[in-house]
Amino acid sequence: MVKEQQIWEWLEDVFDPEVPVLTVVDLGVVRKVNVSAEEIKITITPTYSGCPAMRVIEEDIRRKLLGEGLMNLTIETVLSPAWTTDWISENGRQKLKEYGIAPPEDEVDKSLLFAKPLIVPCPNCGSRETKMISEFGSTACKAHYNCLSCKEPFDYFKCLR
Amino acid sequence: MKEHLFEYLLRLGDDSLILGHRVSEWCGHGPILEEDIAMTNISLDLIGQATSFLKYAGEIEGKGRDEDNLAFLRIEKEYKNSLLVEQNNGDFGVTMMRQFLFDAYRLPLFDALQHSKDEQLAAIAEKSLKETKYHYRHSAEWIIRLGDGTEESHERVQKALNSLWRFAADLFQADEVEKALEEAGILPNMADVKSEWLKNVQAVVSEATLSFPDNNWEQHGGRNGKHTEYLGYLLAELQYMQRTYPDMEW
Repeated sequence: MVKEQQIWEWLEDVFDPEVPVLTVVDLGVVRKVNVSAEEIKITITPTYSGCPAMRVIEEDIRRKLLGEGLMNLTIETVLSPAWTTDWISENGRQKLKEYGIAPPEDEVDKSLLFAKPLIVPCPNCGSRETKMISEFGSTACKAHYNCLSCKEPFDYFKCLR
Repeated sequence: MKEHLFEYLLRLGDDSLILGHRVSEWCGHGPILEEDIAMTNISLDLIGQATSFLKYAGEIEGKGRDEDNLAFLRIEKEYKNSLLVEQNNGDFGVTMMRQFLFDAYRLPLFDALQHSKDEQLAAIAEKSLKETKYHYRHSAEWIIRLGDGTEESHERVQKALNSLWRFAADLFQADEVEKALEEAGILPNMADVKSEWLKNVQAVVSEATLSFPDNNWEQHGGRNGKHTEYLGYLLAELQYMQRTYPDMEW
């Protein structure tokens, strides 16, 4: 019987289609791998309710594991506990930054109105002189920032808790 | 109980679906690029939530209908969304006022629903709450900016509030469905949710220097499938492909 550890290693070859530097393991969307005599069950959770990448992620996981010869495969989607950006691995945060996306920072209470926008260091030059352009960015998980020092716009992977 | 839960899941799912569709109509028409992107993001979250609610509704009903079937193949009277969410987009002020009145209702509702005795409903609420917090902050801040903005912007959002207020009442429908689910611990005390909503709305409306219309008429009907004329046109567009090419997939 295939070992659980081996499956986790294979999953390290499956990348998020929207943020292709992160693997599904880095992102924290794979919650559980259960290996039994009858089947292999992978439990995944969406980042956002309407994330269009989830279906692709599921297909990519299936394709990868079928390619490794695993036949009795079930992929189940669960919503609770809800995904949070705290589940992005340390490795994943580093990769995000190198890719030019600022990793999530601790944020204030989301119910506060007109809270001071968070200072997000620029992933390109490291400057803290940055400005939030919009809380909504190119995908549901990102906000849009601009660096006032190097003048480069960048994405911020917003904190979801 | 199963029938009541199915009915209530349709209310939740249809609110998300119809508002998600309405907001998506702004795609490519936003007043500025960032706002265009923000609205399509919000629309996507709402349609994602609708998928979760309607999928679960289909499972509870047990007649083999899935989320697509429920979204695309019901007739107008079978939609249980509130009258508020189906109203036309109007100008940006109307769209934001509609969104704000809705987000301010979803926030306390999902917060309480996280502790529902129904595990799947609690899970969907927990997931959706995080997204709703972003939506609420976005719409409430716009209402304050526009209301306490220029003469023109103030006048427009005041007009939006005057015309939408009677439909906002339709978000709440204290009927036997809600009561039975409250007693079973599936729904929280909805009177509490309503007073929380009202408190929140009053605070923002007053900070925005707006006032509630004198006329307190409440227009109900959405939860019973009696809709305003606008829903039919929306459904004609929403359902077009499935009606023209039944069971098509891509």
